[in-house]
Amino acid sequence: MHKTPLLDQLESGPWPSFIKDLKRVAARKKPAADLLGLLERSYKDKITHWKHGGIVGVLGYGSGIIGRYTDLPEEFPGVEHFHTVRVNQPSGWFYTTKALRELCDIWDEHGSSILNVHGSTGDMIFLGTTTPELEPCFAKLTAKGWDLGGSGSAMRSPSCCVGMARCEWSCYDTMDLCYEATQNFQFEMHRPSFPYKFKIKCSGCPNDCVAAVARADMSVIGVWKDDIRIDQAAVKAYAGGELKPRGGATPYAKLDVQADVVALCPTACMAFDGKTLKIDNKNCNHCMHCISLMPQALRPGTETGATLLLGSHAPILEGAQMSWVIVPFMEMETPYEPFMDLVANITEWWSENGKNRERVGELMLRLGMRAFFKGVGLEPPPQTVKTPRANPFFFWHEEDFEAEAAGRKYIK
Amino acid sequence: MSERITDIGPPKYDKFLPPVIKDNYGKWKYHEILEPGVLMHVSESGAKIFSVRGGSGRLVSTDFIKEVCDIADKFCDGYLRFTSRNNVEFLLTDQGKIADVKDACKKMGIPIGATGHSVSNIVHTQGWVHCHTPAIDASGIVKAVMDDLFEYFGSHKLPAQVRIALACCLNMCGAVHCSDIAILGIHRTAPKVDHERLRHLCEIPTTIASCPTGAIRPHPDKAIKSVVINEPRCMYCGNCYTMCPALPVFDSQKGGVALLVGGKVSNAKSPPIFSKLAVPYLPNNPPRWPETVQAIRKILTKYAEGANKYERVGEWVERIGWEKFFEVCDIPFTFQHIDDYRWAYDTYRTSMHFKF
Ligand code: HEM
Ligand code: HEM
Ligand code: HEM
Ligand code: HEM
Ligand code: SF4
Ligand code: SF4
Ligand code: SF4
Ligand code: SF4
Repeated sequence: MHKTPLLDQLESGPWPSFIKDLKRVAARKKPAADLLGLLERSYKDKITHWKHGGIVGVLGYGSGIIGRYTDLPEEFPGVEHFHTVRVNQPSGWFYTTKALRELCDIWDEHGSSILNVHGSTGDMIFLGTTTPELEPCFAKLTAKGWDLGGSGSAMRSPSCCVGMARCEWSCYDTMDLCYEATQNFQFEMHRPSFPYKFKIKCSGCPNDCVAAVARADMSVIGVWKDDIRIDQAAVKAYAGGELKPRGGATPYAKLDVQADVVALCPTACMAFDGKTLKIDNKNCNHCMHCISLMPQALRPGTETGATLLLGSHAPILEGAQMSWVIVPFMEMETPYEPFMDLVANITEWWSENGKNRERVGELMLRLGMRAFFKGVGLEPPPQTVKTPRANPFFFWHEEDFEAEAAGRKYIK
Repeated sequence: MSERITDIGPPKYDKFLPPVIKDNYGKWKYHEILEPGVLMHVSESGAKIFSVRGGSGRLVSTDFIKEVCDIADKFCDGYLRFTSRNNVEFLLTDQGKIADVKDACKKMGIPIGATGHSVSNIVHTQGWVHCHTPAIDASGIVKAVMDDLFEYFGSHKLPAQVRIALACCLNMCGAVHCSDIAILGIHRTAPKVDHERLRHLCEIPTTIASCPTGAIRPHPDKAIKSVVINEPRCMYCGNCYTMCPALPVFDSQKGGVALLVGGKVSNAKSPPIFSKLAVPYLPNNPPRWPETVQAIRKILTKYAEGANKYERVGEWVERIGWEKFFEVCDIPFTFQHIDDYRWAYDTYRTSMHFKF
């Protein structure tokens, strides 16, 4: 084992120490010991000691494995090759101990015994193995029913919130959509053929617990169209202090229904006379605030589905974007044909028009929303914009005049 | 050899669901948080499931996972899950076993919390443990910050939930840009060209093409067979280094940490918000990054003192105004705070609505 005086200082303190944890592995595995040695060196030099690798992978797949090599192979031979294996997670990150132990056994045998549970895309990330171990590791994984996730310019592993499995607010079956989309796009996941990455994330309601709006090209967020369900007796119980705000999640002993709920409703569509809570549902923008504060009194309605938002990506190059609304409401029922078809249309339009390493959100901005909507076969809903344009630079096409002459609103 | 299996996707989720979830799938009626880190969900049928949520380092060993499995085997019939913020959840039907799970977690060093108005686990990236472009480590800073904010993990003391994320370079693998507090590793100097190595290691056209800002040109002296970098155009993204190892972007002295604040993803009250630059630079100071830890604590405590009930960090800052935020948090305002990238104009103030 290498001496690690700097890393040792991360062993103390109440938060779980990854150094303590990795040292256990280092005691039995050379690569883990060398990983700690190398990390200590980075802590001393204040720079990374990894370089980008050549292409490695398993037969027939263009993704799922990321090559990784150290720039100090003589000193730390155990991490000379230290590749990543992305193992596609099950929907909602539910496991049985039997399944987890099988995964651990595979990784103990074929890799470093070090992993991320989970990576930010959602996959379980096995960190550190050599090229000859890749095929045997993959064979063992598939024999137990597991597969690799996406990487590179491919469909990435879709991910989702816990949804209907354990959340009363889920407006569609996030775990099932995530599973079916993953199955449907296996080819696109494992054989990178897009201009760049494409991510799908599914949240069951506007609380967006998987941050879909910020980190998925296709953000699927559950929503209801009808009325919030109200249990007036429970409202009274909140007002009277028998029920605690947010199910007990706050420092506050009692909910002030007028000040905390009604006055903070962003659309001012609620009223409370001390006895009865009224909601003007036509004006509610389903922000979830009131429901989050009174989970026993309020629930989303029953006419449910999802909003599709498209386009988010990290800052490179034009600056980060959040996804924006392209389909305000879609019913989400198995086998999700309209959804799968639309995703296929979108990736096809993007693959045809996109430049190398251009995310779909950047392409939409470059070619314009008109080209996008027409390209994928959608009509433009007013929910797409926060406000219409403020400049006078709008243009007209021959087809607009034709539609106008035919008495139609849009070009069809 | 048996036939090679491919493209099967992950196992179907229902194999891993405990019976109480299978029976009550889509029928949950409401939930309560019995204490920090312990949730109870109640079904229309009256059935209940209890979840005990604990923190993990995310970068873990198989030993750790197996110990977690031991707890789930002993008390949860072998069922558990992980959350989107890398917390582990033990799933129980017997309320009487909550205390046992908490004890077992305590023995293992797993803290219980991350519900409601807490600081949950920090979503983060690879850092010096496994990536080639980081300016900072990830796991080490997370450990140092969580040690310091530990009291907020297992309690509901804050005006609203506070979600922290870290990305070790501006590729931001970690989803930081919409966090209440985001820790970002930054390079501050353009790559240094090692002409001698570049000639042997790199293909010049692909190296030039890798730069998203077009900052790389062929070396004017053709005999040198290398490239030059137009430094004012470089935004230190490290893409060129990915293509060409003779262009290291890191600088052991100048790299460091930036803090962005006020982002959120939920739609509650206000729409999702991007995090905005609060502190442009703090020194890269392993192993415990004390300047970063202190700056975060200061922002968090000023928020806790100043925010209204249920107000997220970003809602608080927007209500008081950024000029007041800088004042109360004692952060000097610099040229770096003023956007001058594309789309900068919408961040300039065009009204009289400001404070002195
Ligand atoms: C130019 C852009 C990017 C480059 C060059 C890049 C490069 C990398 C590299 C080299 C790794 C491997 C780290 C390792 O050794 O394990 C990685 C991991 C990863 N990246 Fe990126 N990345 C980029 C952008 C992004 C973006 C925008 C996202 C998401 C928004 C992202 C998400 C991820 C995820 C989820 C991982 C797995 C590691 C983890 O979960 O922490 N990357 N990236
Ligand atoms: C009392 C109300 C809430 C309940 C019962 C609730 C429930 C949940 C559940 C079940 C998860 C785990 C989901 C998963 O891993 O896929 C979760 C995670 C999360 N929720 Fe919520 N949610 C509530 C309110 C909110 C709100 C209002 C926000 C945002 C403003 C939010 C943001 C998050 C985030 C960021 C996570 C990831 C946390 C973690 O994994 O530790 N939640 N929430
Ligand atoms: C179709 C679009 C527009 C039309 C037809 C229009 C027309 C006009 C007219 C006729 C004037 C009065 C000029 C004068 O006699 O003093 C004016 C002034 C002005 N308009 Fe517009 N306008 C348009 C859009 C806009 C937009 C989008 C903005 C800003 C966002 C704008 C900002 C102004 C301002 C600031 C003035 C006062 C200019 C000055 O006094 O120098 N206008 N506009
Ligand atoms: C400290 C700063 C930041 C950190 C640590 C950070 C972290 C992250 C992480 C971890 C992801 C990846 C999600 C995934 O795995 O799928 C992500 C995605 C994203 N971030 Fe950030 N972020 C930061 C700042 C920003 C800023 C300032 C913006 C925009 C103004 C932004 C916009 C985005 C967008 C649009 C995505 C979606 C990414 C994609 O899939 O390409 N981020 N960010
Ligand atoms: S996004 Fe909504 S439905 Fe999904 S877990 Fe979070 S609160 Fe529940
Ligand atoms: S969900 Fe939001 S907008 Fe709708 S009534 Fe409740 S607080 Fe108002
Ligand atoms: S954020 Fe940057 S340095 Fe960190 S893992 Fe991602 S690409 Fe690597
Ligand atoms: S670091 Fe990024 S912006 Fe700078 S030269 Fe390299 S590729 Fe171009």
